[in-house]
Amino acid sequence: MKKLLLTAAAAAVAASAALAGSHSVVRMGTEGAYPPYNFINDSGEVDGFEREVGDELCARAELTCEWVTNDWDSIIPNLTSGNYDTIIAGMSITDERDEVIDFTQDYYPATASRYMAMSEGVDLEGGVIAAQSNTIQSAYIAETGAVLLEFATPDETIAAVLNGEADAVFADADFLLPKAEESGDLMLVGEPVPLGGGVGMGIRETDGELKAKFDAAITSMKEDGTLNELLIKWFGDDQPTY
Amino acid sequence: MFSFCTEPDALGAFQWFACYFTTGVHLNLYWSLGTVLILLAITAPVSLAFGFLGAMASRSRILPLSLLGKTYTSMVRGVPDIVFFLFFVIALDQALEWTKHQIVCPDWTEPIRQGANFLVCPEAKIPLGASPQVVHEIYGFFVAVFTFSIVFGAFAANVLYGAMRAVPRAQMETAEAYGMTPRQSFWRILVPQMWIYALPGLSNLWMILIKATPLLFILGIEDIVYWARELGSSKSARFFDYPHGDWRLWYFLGLLVFYLAFTRVSEIALDRITKRLSHGQNFAGGGA
Repeated sequence: MKKLLLTAAAAAVAASAALAGSHSVVRMGTEGAYPPYNFINDSGEVDGFEREVGDELCARAELTCEWVTNDWDSIIPNLTSGNYDTIIAGMSITDERDEVIDFTQDYYPATASRYMAMSEGVDLEGGVIAAQSNTIQSAYIAETGAVLLEFATPDETIAAVLNGEADAVFADADFLLPKAEESGDLMLVGEPVPLGGGVGMGIRETDGELKAKFDAAITSMKEDGTLNELLIKWFGDDQPTY
Repeated sequence: MFSFCTEPDALGAFQWFACYFTTGVHLNLYWSLGTVLILLAITAPVSLAFGFLGAMASRSRILPLSLLGKTYTSMVRGVPDIVFFLFFVIALDQALEWTKHQIVCPDWTEPIRQGANFLVCPEAKIPLGASPQVVHEIYGFFVAVFTFSIVFGAFAANVLYGAMRAVPRAQMETAEAYGMTPRQSFWRILVPQMWIYALPGLSNLWMILIKATPLLFILGIEDIVYWARELGSSKSARFFDYPHGDWRLWYFLGLLVFYLAFTRVSEIALDRITKRLSHGQNFAGGGA
């Protein structure tokens, strides 16, 4: 075993000699469970809005990018410890996160979060509301009078409503909308709640150079309208654009 | 996969499932079954070796060595598996990177620890940020195998230590009477005879090891539990060719069957080994 590890380390050293320079490959960390932002498609590849945006950004910034998936709950710690170089996972820009990591400018405008339930007239103020842990939505529910029920994956939050564990689920409107359209039982209820400062890419605070490159690429995508095209392609005609 | 899979919506149930179970993601699921089997195939002998070393160290007459062996077995056995897995893997990873950092980048002036960040120079990353994803996955896998081996090695050490003491004292005295050195009597008399005493404990460990493989999931390795959860979650028709509702129950049922079948096969195999090893032995459960 030790020998294997040593061999692997030796191989890594040999490879490093050939590839000097800090970011010859940029590793893009995503969750892969949050359609339409990012998901694993039928052939096992990362797909979705952020896949297309990310690939285009890498092309414009002339970077070689590789996609990796990581659990949502440990997505920030794994960025700071260097397992990948960016987070591109529908992550809203918030002050709390900004203290730990840096964000590029937003590539997805600030939009509303919605409640989804099995019926109208659910008690959104005092009932049990499911939300994904470590999200702006769960932080918001914790502030309201409702009982917060947290889950590690977005899919579980919806399952909790379907099996009656929670009265409603609170999440990004764009994530809930296709689910509500497909299911006969689920519907969007209550008023939209504007949350967060848009979605940006998370980058280590020490990685200013990479952040500048992506910022420039996002600006150029905003200017020539390609970002708007992708927004409408993935989120529908009602999607706010830049 | 099949030629008729081009239009999933128009297929009959049988063909739909034939296509569904052969999509790229499902192939990943089947691969991850292989991952689990490889993990077991490597971990079992390695942890047996760790256990043997641990038991030998514990029996040693040299005090520091025996203390080392006893500390290893009691410490690792006393810490909850999940805590050990989360702590040890991060610690091992950082220790390796720190060591490599000292060798590769002696001129690096910035601090390695900056708040939550653990930042070694880019050349000291293991594996390098630039290496392909496969290398990252293989590295992660071997760190996991190493961790599993240490944990199960500690339990195996305790089992083997007990087994070595269970070999009748008369056997060792006879060996001494024949003029064998301690080393000779250990390898020629004690070790061949201890296996039968160790087997019940070791077979127990093997079963627990099989059941513990889903811990891989905690270490961020995409094992069968990860894929069962990912594939079972509901898939909407807008983004997927094979939409379905929440099928996690069925996928986890599949896992249940897999693990039950696997442990059952192991039981049968272990029974046979016990029969063979106890052949001619004069104690309960043996052939006497």
